[in-house]
Amino acid sequence: MKARVHVMLKDGVLDPQGEAVRHALGTLGFAGVDGVRQGKVIELDLAESDAVKAAASVKDMCERLLANTVIESYQIEIV
Amino acid sequence: MHAGVVVFPGSNCDRDLAVAFERAGAQVSMVWHKESELPQGLDIIGIPGGFSFGDYLRCGAIAAQSPICRAVVDHANRGGFVIGVCNGFQILCETGLLPGILMRNAGLKFVCKTVELTVASANCVFTSGYRKGQIVRYPVAHHDGNYTADANLISRLNGEDRVAFRYGDNPNGSSDDIAGVLSQNRRVLGVMPHPERAVDLAHGGDNGSSLFKALASVLENA
Repeated sequence: MKARVHVMLKDGVLDPQGEAVRHALGTLGFAGVDGVRQGKVIELDLAESDAVKAAASVKDMCERLLANTVIESYQIEIV
Repeated sequence: MHAGVVVFPGSNCDRDLAVAFERAGAQVSMVWHKESELPQGLDIIGIPGGFSFGDYLRCGAIAAQSPICRAVVDHANRGGFVIGVCNGFQILCETGLLPGILMRNAGLKFVCKTVELTVASANCVFTSGYRKGQIVRYPVAHHDGNYTADANLISRLNGEDRVAFRYGDNPNGSSDDIAGVLSQNRRVLGVMPHPERAVDLAHGGDNGSSLFKALASVLENA
């Protein structure tokens, strides 16, 4: 079973890298990009075959390592 | 004073930190990150700067999960002294020993220069060799030194006098110009600039020596 974790900066946390990307898009002539937020996607290959158990275990992984919940939020997708 | 300096793959200020402790009169033990126990009788642990584990995932995140960091957290929870410099500060934030987090510099550039800091609190062993309000010069060298904390945390840190150092001219966008933070019991310090790179006039200044000497004078007979 595979899980995909999306880690994003929480709303209200300034994302300097996203801002740099937004600025570069403007330089390339892409008008009207009002905001860019940059995050991470982490794919996990799991031995677990029960989706509920897998989701619970990935949530624990997110809380303890994959995201820093001071500034980041995460979304788990079991695929 | 017996100091332990933790070494991770990618640490690059470990020997500088050891030399700074030694020059203050400390006996120093280097401790590899795979150890699960600290040497007996340590008075203080130093977590050095560098790029532990290549800054993968987040700066300090992987190091914070290493076996030795569990021992460091136990040491701190028993009331032991810990200083984390630069990447060491990031690691201490990731272990939860210090609040907040260090994010990418607001200007996106790696900043490498000597900066002026104000000693915001002299009410801890680390800064007891300085006067509150004194200006000191330490080098900075970091890409992710933007101390980030929400308004509640900032007001709590200020209310509890836990900001040890502030930047004069904020180089990285840190909240409230914070350059160094203390734990609630004032025995864990995280600082982004490098006191250990300012302990000899040949470094271009020796303002950092007072920090190590103050530690030595208090911990010598601890």
